[in-house]
Amino acid sequence: MRIFLGIFVFLCVATVSIFGIRGTKFTEPPLYVFPDMDDQEKYRPQGENTFYQNRMDDRPVVPGTIARGSSWETAKVFNEDFNYAQADNPELYTGKTRSGEWVRGFPVEVNHALMELGQQKYTIFCQVCHSAIGDGDGITKQYGVATTLSYHDDRLRDMAEGEIFNTITHGKNTMSGYGEKLRPEERWAVIAYLRALQRAQNGTLDDVPTPFKKELLESLQAPAQDSTPADEPETTQEDDSSTQAESTE
Amino acid sequence: MANIFPKWSNFVPIKIILGIGLVVTAVVAGITYYGTPKYMRVGYQPIQPVPFDHNIHVEQLGMDCRYCHTYVDRSEHSNVPSTNTCMNCHSQVLTDSQALAPVRESAESGEPIPWVRIHKTPDFVYFNHSVHVNRGISCVECHGQVNEMQTVYHAKSLSMSFCLDCHRHPEKSIRPVDEVYNLNWEASSPKEQEEMGKRFVHDWKINPPLSCSGCHR
Ligand code: HEC
Ligand code: HEC
Ligand code: HEC
Ligand code: HEC
Ligand code: HEC
Ligand code: HEC
Repeated sequence: MRIFLGIFVFLCVATVSIFGIRGTKFTEPPLYVFPDMDDQEKYRPQGENTFYQNRMDDRPVVPGTIARGSSWETAKVFNEDFNYAQADNPELYTGKTRSGEWVRGFPVEVNHALMELGQQKYTIFCQVCHSAIGDGDGITKQYGVATTLSYHDDRLRDMAEGEIFNTITHGKNTMSGYGEKLRPEERWAVIAYLRALQRAQNGTLDDVPTPFKKELLESLQAPAQDSTPADEPETTQEDDSSTQAESTE
Repeated sequence: MANIFPKWSNFVPIKIILGIGLVVTAVVAGITYYGTPKYMRVGYQPIQPVPFDHNIHVEQLGMDCRYCHTYVDRSEHSNVPSTNTCMNCHSQVLTDSQALAPVRESAESGEPIPWVRIHKTPDFVYFNHSVHVNRGISCVECHGQVNEMQTVYHAKSLSMSFCLDCHRHPEKSIRPVDEVYNLNWEASSPKEQEEMGKRFVHDWKINPPLSCSGCHR
């Protein structure tokens, strides 16, 4: 019995010291004792196969076709009234009119929902470089993306929406395109938000809705008396806009 | 007549039963502890071709998961980003870093970077990312604190019981939809989580599948 207990304790200790405890980091793939049907011969997103030459399951989109599971509704696509929308509605998909000029204005309805969508997508995809207020001073600037520019100059304020759409889709100079990450409607939403940022940074007193005007003027006068140097950037911008407002009036 | 069996043999049956009991307990305990995904998978941290660091990109730069894992909220599959996504910045940032050499090669040749896959459900299981993340289930529930990982590892077991634990009590892990990508978010107290979760489950008509055909379709 003693010998048995000895061996038993030894085996237990040996097992624990060989296998360790749960949660230990390891680099070899996990062992599958019974592989069952865990790995079936089927194509999965971003998977690998031996059939195609470049071994990728994902196939490039054939021009003029629509991927399954894309933003299209199947019911719409298989309806006999369906027209291939890109040819039908070039403004929405290319930012150009039929005669090849940049679109001015929006081919989608601009409403609060679109603005919110635009803000969400802008925060995800543009903020790292262009910063939250669009002055081009995002976090990546200090790490080397030095050419990011500000939206707040006359060239970009006067630029046609369609041309900005083209910049987002295909990129421009040192900025790469976001066409594959954003659907056309989302790109237009981002442009709507970008326009809002431009107005916010270049606003005049007249742009402030009347109910808030009084409040704003009061808040501007209050810090003017004991002007602390460590003002928040927002206040200084409002100062700017108020001086501008004075000069334009 | 002399005793045929010596006295110690009286204890042999008890000792054998005891011994078998010990061995069986040890084997069962060993298999439950070592034979289940909680041991087999948790902690799997393969060596990646590029030492990509989520902590730098998410915490230090403040990037959203969807900048790279773009399709997580609109499709079943959460994509690993293409080389172009890296080159958006790394065409200008750290252009001579040794660690990024495979990224630059891949951008030139068009061959994808051979990332080693970490999380994988068996092919007979139907899993869908967008239904979860659009209903207030954060990445952290199934992937752990990826935002703090320098190298991603398998943090949760992703076994069938893991899925079912949550499907039976979704109110314990459901959160406001705009906090899904903020992996550091936590309700102020477990009680608050419970109340909020119950409200969401009721308002959004949350009804996770518990029947076999929900996940094995
Ligand atoms: C990786 C950093 C980065 C990100 C992310 C980024 N941009 Fe840019 N953007 C740049 C740089 C750099 C330029 C300057 C390009 C140049 O002229 O060289 C630029 C320029 C622009 C311009 C001006 C183009 C012109 O005509 O001069 C617009 C408009 C713009 N970006 C919009 C966006 C929008 C919208 C997003 C989000 C979908 C975005 N950018 C995301 C880096 C970025
Ligand atoms: C800058 C791009 C980028 C961002 C932002 C990013 N990731 Fe990743 N992620 C990657 C890359 C590249 C990989 C593949 C390499 C690896 O596993 O380290 C990856 C891998 C992963 C994996 C493991 C995939 C597998 O093989 O099973 C998970 C889980 C993950 N990311 C979650 C997240 C979460 C959650 C966030 C947001 C907090 C996030 N990622 C943000 C680029 C990114
Ligand atoms: C928004 C811009 C941005 C994107 C997109 C991006 N990175 Fe980075 N990455 C950075 C910055 C900035 C640093 C430097 C951080 C520092 O120096 O502290 C960095 C650092 C790194 C490093 C460390 C390099 C070293 O020498 O230590 C690696 C590796 C890396 N990134 C890989 C990737 C990969 C792979 C991708 C694509 C999935 C990617 N990055 C996408 C901005 C980005
Ligand atoms: C309900 C649990 C759950 C949630 C929530 C979740 N994931 Fe996953 N994730 C999984 C599972 C399961 C897999 C394996 C999927 C498979 O095998 O098809 C996976 C796989 C992945 C992969 C690897 C895919 C591949 O092909 O290599 C990435 C990247 C990923 N998830 C990112 C995310 C991000 C980012 C979020 C948050 C926005 C997230 N996940 C939220 C369960 C989850
Ligand atoms: C942290 C909680 C949580 C975890 C973990 C989780 N789920 Fe879910 N799952 C949910 C919730 C909540 C819903 C219901 C969404 C709804 O009702 O819209 C859901 C719904 C589903 C659905 C139904 C989708 C549909 O199209 O109807 C499937 C399938 C599913 N989950 C599979 C899984 C699998 C497989 C796993 C394990 C890898 C898993 N889930 C892990 C919370 C979770
Ligand atoms: C919430 C989703 C979900 C539901 C509901 C579900 N399963 Fe599963 N099942 C899974 C996942 C995920 C796995 C893979 C587990 C793993 O890889 O460790 C699995 C694996 C299995 C396996 C294979 C186990 C193995 O290791 O080979 C069987 C058998 C199984 N399930 C049967 C069932 C039956 C029977 C039901 C109905 C009572 C059911 N499942 C309901 C998610 C589910």
